[in-house]
Amino acid sequence: MIALVLLQETLQTTLSENATVIMLTIYVLMLAIFLGFELIGRVPATLHTPLMSGTNAIHGIVVLGAMIIMGSLEGGSLIANVLIVLAFIAVVLGAANVVGGFVVTDRMLEMFKRKPTAGKGPGAGGR
Amino acid sequence: MDWLRNNLVLLINIAYLVAAVCFIVGLKLLSSPATARRGNQIAAVGMAIAVAATLFMPGLRNIPLILVGLVIGSILSGFVARRVKMTAMPQMVAIFNGMGGATAALVSLVEFQHKPDIGRGEIISIVLGLIIGSISFTGSMIAFGKLQELISGRPVSYPSQQQVNAIIGVAVLALAALIVVLGQAGVSYLLIVALFIAALVLGALIVLPIGGADMPVVIAVLNSMTGVAAALTGFVLNNQALIIAGILVGASGAFLTLLMAKAMNRSVANVLFGAWGAAAAGPAAAATAEALPMRETDPDSAAIPLAYADKVIIVPGYGLAVAQAQHAVRELAESLQDRGVDVRYAIHPVAGRMPGHMNVLLAEANVPYDELFEMEQINDDFANADVAIVVGANDVTNPAARDDPSSPIYGMPILNVDQAKQIYVLKRGRGAGFAGIENMLFHDPKTAMLFGDAKDSLSKLNTAVREA
Repeated sequence: MIALVLLQETLQTTLSENATVIMLTIYVLMLAIFLGFELIGRVPATLHTPLMSGTNAIHGIVVLGAMIIMGSLEGGSLIANVLIVLAFIAVVLGAANVVGGFVVTDRMLEMFKRKPTAGKGPGAGGR
Repeated sequence: MDWLRNNLVLLINIAYLVAAVCFIVGLKLLSSPATARRGNQIAAVGMAIAVAATLFMPGLRNIPLILVGLVIGSILSGFVARRVKMTAMPQMVAIFNGMGGATAALVSLVEFQHKPDIGRGEIISIVLGLIIGSISFTGSMIAFGKLQELISGRPVSYPSQQQVNAIIGVAVLALAALIVVLGQAGVSYLLIVALFIAALVLGALIVLPIGGADMPVVIAVLNSMTGVAAALTGFVLNNQALIIAGILVGASGAFLTLLMAKAMNRSVANVLFGAWGAAAAGPAAAATAEALPMRETDPDSAAIPLAYADKVIIVPGYGLAVAQAQHAVRELAESLQDRGVDVRYAIHPVAGRMPGHMNVLLAEANVPYDELFEMEQINDDFANADVAIVVGANDVTNPAARDDPSSPIYGMPILNVDQAKQIYVLKRGRGAGFAGIENMLFHDPKTAMLFGDAKDSLSKLNTAVREA
């Protein structure tokens, strides 16, 4: 019961705020979900590890959130300083997620080679 | 210049759009080994664009500190990622995933404490982002510990485990509901810290009892969760780039999770919370194991049928990774190919510790990817194979999954190794595999066992094949 009332209240307040923005976001959400399934469904099992590692790097996009929140903080009080430290850690970890993820994926993909065809040296198929 | 300044927000949003397109194109290119590397690079360019654009956001404070943070994180992880051994890839994926989860959790936490006048919808997003990010963080760290063998890879259990987990789970939900009801009132600032801690504990406790062989599912789930957590922070910050990228990752991770669970014939819930019907398969199965005969052989006798075979199929498993025998197996395959033997590799979807683990491992040893075959592609060919060599694989070759309804793995799709004319199994010791499930393949009259370190056995086999 309480959950229902809350849900209704939430919907009402947010909808009256800016209904179009919410609807657009939901559209984006739905399309992104379908797109995600569609893109991944075509990846062969051979590439599942690099795929995971590559998407792992992409979710490092959360570093943008860390940057934005850090950029909104102002030091001063004890709590404010603690928040700055937390946001700073978030920026460091987010950046580490992004860079580490892409580098590791690149190293993996560098290794995937086709059978060297006659006349070509090893690695010729690795384009 | 004025125009630039006036339209800065628009330009930043266009940069985000470009970044999103880069991610989509990058993921699309990842679907073929020939273009995959370029795909990853395009996604990386997209990320660089998004990060650079964010630095120009109007009113952004603490820019020097942000830059310092970006540089520290990039240098540290770039260094580690470059130096780490290829065999440690599953751990790396786990640890970077954990970092993403921690970032999402911290962003949510700071948002709640700092952002003024947030609505209820935003609070729900914050609370969910905090919970999912925290679980993903500690869960990934435990997965890392297991893969790095800092913690036992076997399922860890303690008294009343299910109940303790359930209590903490309920506590997390209750705290979350309370915070949503109270809004940003005074006491909520403390409650959300409690929620943060409870979710961290929950993440660790959920992954702790999961056995090493189930890691492919766990890693895929955690990856997906971090994506969703990133998207949730995007809702609060109203940042489309975060939402799109996060959901893309969430959806792809969910897809992989379902794929992996299907390959084990178990539900995702069963993998995460079942702790594997381990007790059921215990002493009884072990007792029959003692009684059944196993035929043992030596590399010299095994080399002859191999060297004179027409078709050989190699079945790699996690044991190959443990023994770091990927180069040795490639050398053996090459020696056989030099003699005109047709050599192929059969890869089970959940062999190893992450989705596609065997493929990366063999690629590192320069095995061309067109010699690697997925289960469906090669399963009918085992009947035509003169010899099948099983290197450190166990449950994925167990015919009980096909024939024995009482087996805990009954129904799991397996490689039809038992249909080959002759079978050699390279195995570290005599013990039963994960969860003590007896593998009837090892007792098959067509099967001969080569006990010992896989790398060692393979190079001895190779020498013997060259002399044959």
